[in-house]
Amino acid sequence: MDMQTSFLDRLFDAGLLIDTGVDGLYGRSGQFEDVIAAFERLIDKVGGGDGAEAMRFPPGMNRDFFEQSGYMKSFPQLAGTVHSFCGGELDHMSLLKCMEVGEEDWTKDQKATDIVLTPAACYPLYPTVARRGKISAKGALYDLQSYCFRHEPSKDPARQQLFRMREYVCMGTEQHVTEFRQSWMDRGVEMMKAVGLDVTIDVANDPFFGRAGKMMVNNQRDQNLKFELLIPITSASNPTACMSFNYHQDSFGTKWGLNLEDGSVAHTACVGFGLERIALALFHTHGLDVKEWPEHVRNTLWG
Amino acid sequence: MNETIRELLGRVGGLPVPVADIADEADLYAAGLSSFASVQVMLAIEEAFDIEFPDNLLNRKSFASIKAIEETVAQIIKSREAA
Repeated sequence: MDMQTSFLDRLFDAGLLIDTGVDGLYGRSGQFEDVIAAFERLIDKVGGGDGAEAMRFPPGMNRDFFEQSGYMKSFPQLAGTVHSFCGGELDHMSLLKCMEVGEEDWTKDQKATDIVLTPAACYPLYPTVARRGKISAKGALYDLQSYCFRHEPSKDPARQQLFRMREYVCMGTEQHVTEFRQSWMDRGVEMMKAVGLDVTIDVANDPFFGRAGKMMVNNQRDQNLKFELLIPITSASNPTACMSFNYHQDSFGTKWGLNLEDGSVAHTACVGFGLERIALALFHTHGLDVKEWPEHVRNTLWG
Repeated sequence: MNETIRELLGRVGGLPVPVADIADEADLYAAGLSSFASVQVMLAIEEAFDIEFPDNLLNRKSFASIKAIEETVAQIIKSREAA
């Protein structure tokens, strides 16, 4: 924990991250953003030729879609809902009084809006594609990026509550989407090598909630559904997942009614880049001053 | 035990076919048992038989068929009696 706190303090001291008083909620400096922008250009260079359709959704999603996604079954502890004041003038008076006195929780009468914070960049995609009708027999590929929210306050700068995820999502036959996933595992390793980062790839699992979640974890690992590309940031023995490679089988296809032209249910896979984590891995490995980074790394990112 | 397991499967398994039509050895995942439904079945079985699945048995194999569930439950009950 000390190691983590000290890396976070160094990032604050260097002005790369800006303290907001909330663990896991940080501002970013122009320099930090420049590294993320440069890495996203590298992603474009590697993946751009695949012809993915780009879409950008805001960091909030339709609550109906969120509910249908089943996220609350698996990760209730991570979700964030948006609540607002929906009362009249009298309610407003008692709200202000409550805030002034400070004894009661002023948020208790806030009402849920139609918006939930996006938990992963691809969540708004599936219902959007489903509305369009059948997917081409050749499959479909999408390019997404969004701020995502996960309620897990931490002093580890690599575990933020609001962070950006860049994703490619592939839909098609089992063979098509598993080949897509494998190709990005190979590309991911090459990309990280090109920016001087030491990586390993390992089978992984999502943080499913509770005892029932333990079974989901075992199922996910037994079937090799999730892999992560790991880079040491705050700990060498417990490296941080900077990319993930997920095969959903036909679960999203069935849930959202994603069908191929021949009527079969689409399989889906996604590859995600944790953009802040990759930037942090670069700062941790090469130092907090980008001017001092090895030339080949600078050339790869800004050449 | 077989009857209780079949009753629970019918209630929480979310299967698209009647449980009566599924043979004891038939693959439940092929019959339409989802990952999440298998978790619901696991929780219902724990309650019905007053047992707790140890971590090493919380996997797909334990729920692959009605026969596999029976064997798993029997194994847990047996190891409890031995303890």
